[in-house]
Amino acid sequence: MDPSPAFPAATRAQPRLGEPLVVARGLVKRFGEFVAVDGVDFTIGRGESYGFLGPNGAGKTSTMRMIACMSPVSSGTLRVLDLDPSRHGPEIRGRIGLVPQEDTLDLELTVLDNLLVYGRYFDLPRPIIRERADELLEFVQLNERAHDRVESLSGGMKRRLTIARSLVSDPELLILDEPTTGLDPQARHLLWDRLYRLRRRGVTLVITTHYMDEAEQLCERLAVMDRGRFAAEGAPQELIARYSTREVVELRFGAEPTDVARRLEGLTERREVLPDRILLYSDDGDATLGEVHRRGLAPESTLVRRSSLEDVFLHLTGRTLVD
Amino acid sequence: MSDTASFGAVHTGGRLGAPRWLRSLAYWAYQYKRTWRGSVTTSFLYPVLYLAALGVGLGSLVDHHAHAVSGVSYLDFLAPGLLASTAMQVGANEAMYPVMDAIKWGRTYFAMLATPLTVKDVVRGHLVWIAFRLLTVCAIYLAIMEAFGTLRSGLAVFAIPAGVLTGLAFVAPLAAFAAAQESDRGFSALYRFGLIPLFLFSGTFFPVSQLPRWLQLVADATPLYHGVALCRGVVLGDLGLAAAAVHTAYLVILAVVGYVLAVRSYRKRLVI
Repeated sequence: MDPSPAFPAATRAQPRLGEPLVVARGLVKRFGEFVAVDGVDFTIGRGESYGFLGPNGAGKTSTMRMIACMSPVSSGTLRVLDLDPSRHGPEIRGRIGLVPQEDTLDLELTVLDNLLVYGRYFDLPRPIIRERADELLEFVQLNERAHDRVESLSGGMKRRLTIARSLVSDPELLILDEPTTGLDPQARHLLWDRLYRLRRRGVTLVITTHYMDEAEQLCERLAVMDRGRFAAEGAPQELIARYSTREVVELRFGAEPTDVARRLEGLTERREVLPDRILLYSDDGDATLGEVHRRGLAPESTLVRRSSLEDVFLHLTGRTLVD
Repeated sequence: MSDTASFGAVHTGGRLGAPRWLRSLAYWAYQYKRTWRGSVTTSFLYPVLYLAALGVGLGSLVDHHAHAVSGVSYLDFLAPGLLASTAMQVGANEAMYPVMDAIKWGRTYFAMLATPLTVKDVVRGHLVWIAFRLLTVCAIYLAIMEAFGTLRSGLAVFAIPAGVLTGLAFVAPLAAFAAAQESDRGFSALYRFGLIPLFLFSGTFFPVSQLPRWLQLVADATPLYHGVALCRGVVLGDLGLAAAAVHTAYLVILAVVGYVLAVRSYRKRLVI
């Protein structure tokens, strides 16, 4: 199912797994007065899949656009593939693939022509583009649509085509800016599956997302971004261990939660009172729940669950909506 | 911003050292595969209709009453002027909506800039493409003129480069203008208050010398006047070398300045 020769990794100079592909130190992006990225440091190694997780406006896309050498660095240093983006933009871009947040496919051209013309931008010989296009269309399950106009494709198909297009140049580094935003669950799972396969082939992935499940599925390491800075960085499990408890007890009461909240004081180190429920952060959820009952409280419904990335995210970036 | 200026400055040529902008030119050629039939048909139809209605139809009245404009028949007078005006109109069309489309709607320029192509490659590829379109339009126009029997000397082929140059004198500055627009609203204003008055008063239909003195000075300063004069001069063969040089220089300067402005305007819009 998998052995597609579309990615002839062996033709490259022997890559060392883990060697730094992207290195940023004090990276800043300013738009006039506005500081979109406010001095971040990170290193992404070859073969890794690294995610930028954060609410809208956190600076994820600005960071991605700088890594993709499409947006100049305002200050700080950035090296991509051991090159300087301000001096070697074309060379770096020739070795990376970009899946932008908004599709830039040509709707009037056919699926196949979109791949052919994109391959030309990389100066690939026509027969090679042809061969890769066929393989890539199979890879993203669009081979039957090769001669249809892009206009007629669904959102999920367009996204898959954008991914196929970004792979035409056989990139060492694939940058995906919110790859599954706006897609239905089936389309998302198909995309995740394809990205997982790419990862196994050794393609380095850099992903932005605001979906926790996506980050957990796809990323070995994550940076949680908030207002242009890193709020935390690490593997998903590490982040959960560091910023949350093992389990969370969710309680719903008929009455106003604030009245009950007082009676739960001292039960756990951290607790959160939301309009509709109370969250108790505990390393032993069942024991905590037992204590709740012992205090004579009778919640309408209870749920003991494992801590998730979402708990970490909301803890670090807050629950208030930033627009 | 100094880092913007050097952004992507290193030039890595193609496999055979071919310039990189050829790759963005290739995109426009792909696009054209879909629409070339309609576009070529229009390129034939437009001159036939204009030359028949105005050159032959209206021309017979003019020739009968006024006894020839500038010593030639009205058709001979009109045809090269229309060639220049057509180059202006085709160029303007190609430099406005497609540029806005590639920035805002289809976002093709952004797709290109995610690859080894730079802003300069994007601008050059597109402008060279439009130059090619102008070349075909002018060549077809000249062929139709020949069919109408208005060409007398082989030197008339120089009307093709003259027409292309006239078009480019509009294309480059208009591309710079289009890349700076937030919406296409400015385009229709530009047609109404810019291109159509130029079309009517730059000497295409009657000699500029018939205008009041002050309007003549305005007309003399417009690019279409120089384009019309150049095209008409080489077709009728009555253009002095000095005058030809002045017209050409005017148009070349406009095209070159327009190109520099276009690169600046594109960079400001696309590299953020």
